[in-house]
Amino acid sequence: MSGRIGSIVEHAAAWLLGLVWVAPLLYAVWAAIHPQGYSTRFELFAPLTLENFAAAWDAAPFARYFLNTFILVTMVLVAQFVLCTLAAFVFARSEFRGSGLLFGLVLLQLMIMPDVLLVENYRSMRALGLVDTILAIGLPYMASAFGIFLLRQTFKQIPRELEEAARVEGCGTMAILLRVYVPLAKPTYLAYGLTSVSYHWNNFLWPLVITNTVETRPLTVGLSVFASTDQGIDWAIISAATLMTSAPLLLGFLMFQRQFVQSFMRAGIR
Amino acid sequence: MRGRTTIHAWLMLSPALLLLVAFTHYPAIATIWHSLFSTPRGSRPARFVGAENYLALAEDPIFWQALVNNLVYALATIPLSIGLALMMAIWVNGKIHGRTALRIAFFTPTVLPMIAVANLWLFFYTPDYGLLDQVLRALFGWGPTNWIGTTETALGAMIVVAVWKEAGFFMIFYLAALQAIPPNLYEAAAIEGASRARIFWRVTLPLLGPTTLFVLVNAVINGFRLVDHIIVMTKGGPDNATALLLTYVYELGFRFWDTATASALTVVLLVMLALTAAMQFALGEKRVHYR
Repeated sequence: MSGRIGSIVEHAAAWLLGLVWVAPLLYAVWAAIHPQGYSTRFELFAPLTLENFAAAWDAAPFARYFLNTFILVTMVLVAQFVLCTLAAFVFARSEFRGSGLLFGLVLLQLMIMPDVLLVENYRSMRALGLVDTILAIGLPYMASAFGIFLLRQTFKQIPRELEEAARVEGCGTMAILLRVYVPLAKPTYLAYGLTSVSYHWNNFLWPLVITNTVETRPLTVGLSVFASTDQGIDWAIISAATLMTSAPLLLGFLMFQRQFVQSFMRAGIR
Repeated sequence: MRGRTTIHAWLMLSPALLLLVAFTHYPAIATIWHSLFSTPRGSRPARFVGAENYLALAEDPIFWQALVNNLVYALATIPLSIGLALMMAIWVNGKIHGRTALRIAFFTPTVLPMIAVANLWLFFYTPDYGLLDQVLRALFGWGPTNWIGTTETALGAMIVVAVWKEAGFFMIFYLAALQAIPPNLYEAAAIEGASRARIFWRVTLPLLGPTTLFVLVNAVINGFRLVDHIIVMTKGGPDNATALLLTYVYELGFRFWDTATASALTVVLLVMLALTAAMQFALGEKRVHYR
């Protein structure tokens, strides 16, 4: 009997916590689809509207911010795939003097992330003449220790016999990498790709520091500029803008929920 | 042949290494170097000042407050987010009704941008007509509280947002680890008549050791890195009550353009992260159960 009561209490606690966890999002949806007067009044039959989205879209250059974020995320992802694949392949399959030490130096980036080195990286970007460019936002993240580590672990599990068979058929190193290793590591690429896209879609502090015009600002920085200066406390419009900027990731997550969760798992373990 | 492979290896490594050195290793060392010089202003170039920037920090009450705040922030967010993550994982791994919906609910904050999240929480914390005050008034009849505008509550409010954002992310790793535990271990424990609590402490928790270490290291790093919401919600205020090391680096470096002091402060931050790495190494060697 006490087990049954315990189970009910546990269910209630789990559901209450779940409710608290989605409450901010539910509220944002409520505020965004109702007229401004209902932002703090909760009535079941409040009239619905999409005007807040239109108002938010017109109030700031969100189309441009979307484009900037899209360019940023794509550029970083492509660069990460190429650079990390090459480096991971070497670390997985070649032994040479100092390769262990070198790998240790790469892993250092897991601890000291570019996020913390704002001041010096800004100084470098100014020296390179890259301040206020989308390239500068992505550059510090392109060689990713996390990506190298993840792909190296995957490559190491691929049987060497496959590589030798390809070599017998006359494949060079590059062909082996592209035809044997990369196709077999597809799940890892998906996992790493999803974590990378959501990280850079959401990244804020470095883009805030390195950009200062509409032409380069990603969505996060654009949203913060928009919410702090233009709108005061018009919750309906801010909620609409907030939902708009998170929508692509959120929809992607809801649609590919299983893959998303499994990818994050895969990226974390091993 | 051997020599050629080595050349190949270096060619394939060089693009990644070049960028890593340029934007991780070089800036880490350059930060230390530049922290020993004055900030160049106008026509006056930087000059060597030795430990002067560090002495300035030591005499700066805001620095000490940011350091203490950051330790509080880290020491609160780490156990709270890890504890909640473990609890969530056990719930959504078990036979609970609406398991998938709960999983989605717990994980959703992870995919939301921290900036978007900050906007939503700003409304939660708004005095009087914000959601939190409305709930507290309905339940307990409490008066309005300016949660993020009062020095006593502001840091706590920031900690809550961070825990809310992180816990679902850490849950995933615990969930993966729980699913990897062979069911026959539980069956064996059940046959021996072990209670649920005993099974948790003696079977589940020890097997989650490596995951806990991984999550712990991430939580510690986030304790120093996860500051986006603070920059948007409070800008370190009121009266520096929510100033952390990284928000103060941002303020010194990019609002006051005092890059020399900002470099010295970054070195303090790097020392904290180095200590974390040392802790990971020491714990990883000893206490964790590896399979």
